[in-house]
Amino acid sequence: MPFGDAHNQVKMKFSSEEEYPDLSNQHNNHMAKYLTPAMYRQLRERATPNGFTVDGVIQTGVDNPGHPFIMTVGCVAGDEETYEVFKELLDPVIEDRHGGYKPSDKHKTDLTSSNLKGGDDLDPDYVLSSRVRTGRSVRGFCLPPHCSRGERRAVEKLSIEALASLSGDLNGKYYALKNMTDAEQQQLIDDHFLFDKPVSPLLLSSGMGRDWPDARGIWHNDNKTFLVWVNEEDHLRVISMQKGGNMKEVFNRFCTGLTKIETLFKERNHAFMWNEHLGYVLTCPSNLGTGLRAGVHVKLPNMSKNAKFEEVLKKLRLQKRGTGGVDTAAVGGVFDISNADRLGFSEVELVQMVVDGVKLLVEMEKKLEKGQSIDDIMPAQK
Amino acid sequence: MANSFTRMMSGRHTAVILASIGAGTLASGYLLSDHVVAAAERTKLYPPSADFPDLRKHNNCMAAALTPTIYGHLRDKKTPNDWTLDQCIQTGVDNPGHPFIKTVGMVAGDEESYEVFAELFDPVIKDRHNGYDPRTMKHPTDLDASKITSGMFDERYVLSSRVRTGRSIRGLSLPPACSRSERREVERVAVTALSGLKGDLSGRYYSLGEMSDREQQQLIDDHLLFDKPVSPLLMAAGMARDWPDARGIWHNNEKNFLIWINEEDHTRIISMEKGGNMKKVFERFCRGLKQVEHLIQERGWEFMWNDRLGYVLTCPSNLGTGLRAGVHIRLPILSRDPRFKRILDNLRLQKRGTGGVDTASTGDTVDVSNLDRLGKSEVELVQLVIDGVNYLIECEKRLERGQDIKIPSPILQFRK
Repeated sequence: MPFGDAHNQVKMKFSSEEEYPDLSNQHNNHMAKYLTPAMYRQLRERATPNGFTVDGVIQTGVDNPGHPFIMTVGCVAGDEETYEVFKELLDPVIEDRHGGYKPSDKHKTDLTSSNLKGGDDLDPDYVLSSRVRTGRSVRGFCLPPHCSRGERRAVEKLSIEALASLSGDLNGKYYALKNMTDAEQQQLIDDHFLFDKPVSPLLLSSGMGRDWPDARGIWHNDNKTFLVWVNEEDHLRVISMQKGGNMKEVFNRFCTGLTKIETLFKERNHAFMWNEHLGYVLTCPSNLGTGLRAGVHVKLPNMSKNAKFEEVLKKLRLQKRGTGGVDTAAVGGVFDISNADRLGFSEVELVQMVVDGVKLLVEMEKKLEKGQSIDDIMPAQK
Repeated sequence: MANSFTRMMSGRHTAVILASIGAGTLASGYLLSDHVVAAAERTKLYPPSADFPDLRKHNNCMAAALTPTIYGHLRDKKTPNDWTLDQCIQTGVDNPGHPFIKTVGMVAGDEESYEVFAELFDPVIKDRHNGYDPRTMKHPTDLDASKITSGMFDERYVLSSRVRTGRSIRGLSLPPACSRSERREVERVAVTALSGLKGDLSGRYYSLGEMSDREQQQLIDDHLLFDKPVSPLLMAAGMARDWPDARGIWHNNEKNFLIWINEEDHTRIISMEKGGNMKKVFERFCRGLKQVEHLIQERGWEFMWNDRLGYVLTCPSNLGTGLRAGVHIRLPILSRDPRFKRILDNLRLQKRGTGGVDTASTGDTVDVSNLDRLGKSEVELVQLVIDGVNYLIECEKRLERGQDIKIPSPILQFRK
């Protein structure tokens, strides 16, 4: 077990005021916003059944004050029960992060890809690639910040077994990080599949980098369009992707693959962590609900220089990133555009927003290319 | 929240059963005592063999000593502060080490770690400290600087002299394990004591979190400021948590006696000055240390020390004296001589770059200090550095004159 949440009994001999973290050092994250001394006093007396404590939840937010412009979450879950045992802190964090989602709200899960309208015709001259990712946690095991080596290995073993049963266009192979050959490693890098040991202090402070690369690995199908990361930031990250603009096909494969994997896990007596309030339960509160990020790499050189770009994105409930993923810059006018929401909307709803939104952005880009105005096609707030 | 609140008496096992019938397993209102039951379940589900780390690519003292048998004995033990073996070894699991440099690979979370996990610490200590056996040997402590002879170096060669050590406050957990309040208590105890120093030792404390930009710049210019650790060895051991809370630097007005608070140890004490007067540096070191110890004792505190391990510090490599006495020395000819390394080895000295550990030398100037920490007293080690550095200067002078030099015979390890 990592350090922040150790020896809770011992800490209890010191007063809550003495233990309360100093969050005045320009702390700008959701945890720092909501953790009052009174709340800390209440929460520090508790532990989840797996011994995860409030200090474990908040360590990453204490160590990483955040950025004046970007509000990070500042807390993580060590197990499924964290969200219940420390709800006094996590409920307001969730509400703040997920656009006003209340403790009494219900989250809808919809992985029926036929419910998606359109999405197979995004202009490939602009939309270079399409991708959908989510995460899944295996019920009964602690999450990456808190799991022991034994648990992490058990998650890997289960995942390997389940994935080995996939067939047809989902037939594939598992590459354990610690066993791969140099040639395999290079191929995975060239395919942009390989994930590396986290360097972000946000992740490292929470204990997710422990024992690297033990029980970490990558599985992908032979076609290289369906990819699973094992034991990186979550138990599983599931990714469907391909070049071009056929988001519908990407989403079809995503839903089919996920449903098959879930079935295979259930056959082995393991469910995914899910409940009707939080949807799929993942390590970071920002990924609750669908855990879904559906996005495209799209050329928007004119649109991105337009004064209304941010406003349009906001109205469409989309966010932009550089093509290296979160915290990277756009290169050559190519942006990563994806849904901003995770919780409170179903998977189908979120992918629909991306499909419709990107269609509009490309339309706007084409207009700007011709020197036309985009004012008449400005969207309403979704 | 979820509709069903089920009072669970055992966490994982029941969760697995319920998971297989598809029910939610959220529980409510767990108090600290409940998870003890779950912890027992957990040890049954995951025997030590399930958790034994994969150390096949590792080159550190911990990996060399840790067997599945030892791990099996120690995994479920805890110190009185609830510190575990997995926490001691995490840094060594996460950092396999370097083929050329054998790191230690484990840390203590508290004074009791060295006892509770002795089955692993003892062989690691033996490996790191050239055969010193904590089960059978005694460590001598001697801070009587008057015993030092020939402690003034030729300043055409020696540019600066420095002695450092660490001290831990008994009763408070060490940096990998300490809670915020313990760390703040260390700061309070140390700063209160230091404010009692007088005369040439009188000085001031600068809290890392509260210093002004000007103060920070001055400390950087004086080469006194320490920064948040970036070394993965330290980060993986949990020592950077809550940075910069309760961290700071104290120094005397003359800037030749300096204390780091809550960096890698509770306190690091440094005496230094330009030039070659090592005896004076060590005299101030001993005097300052004794006064600080006296001042904390007045308030009912003491340093962690025992006669097997000497002064107890976070890293096993710093046990005993925790002392590194060294000089920045110009040895343009000798440092390029192929016999240099062997001479240093036999004199029980090590060279580092002038940026400290893991840095390279700039120009002809090299940092030379004692290799050993445990099994010899402070006086013995400083004398060894003085005699050794004088020998190096002699060699340099001889080479300047075109004369030959001799590799000295190796110094005995431990007193018989």
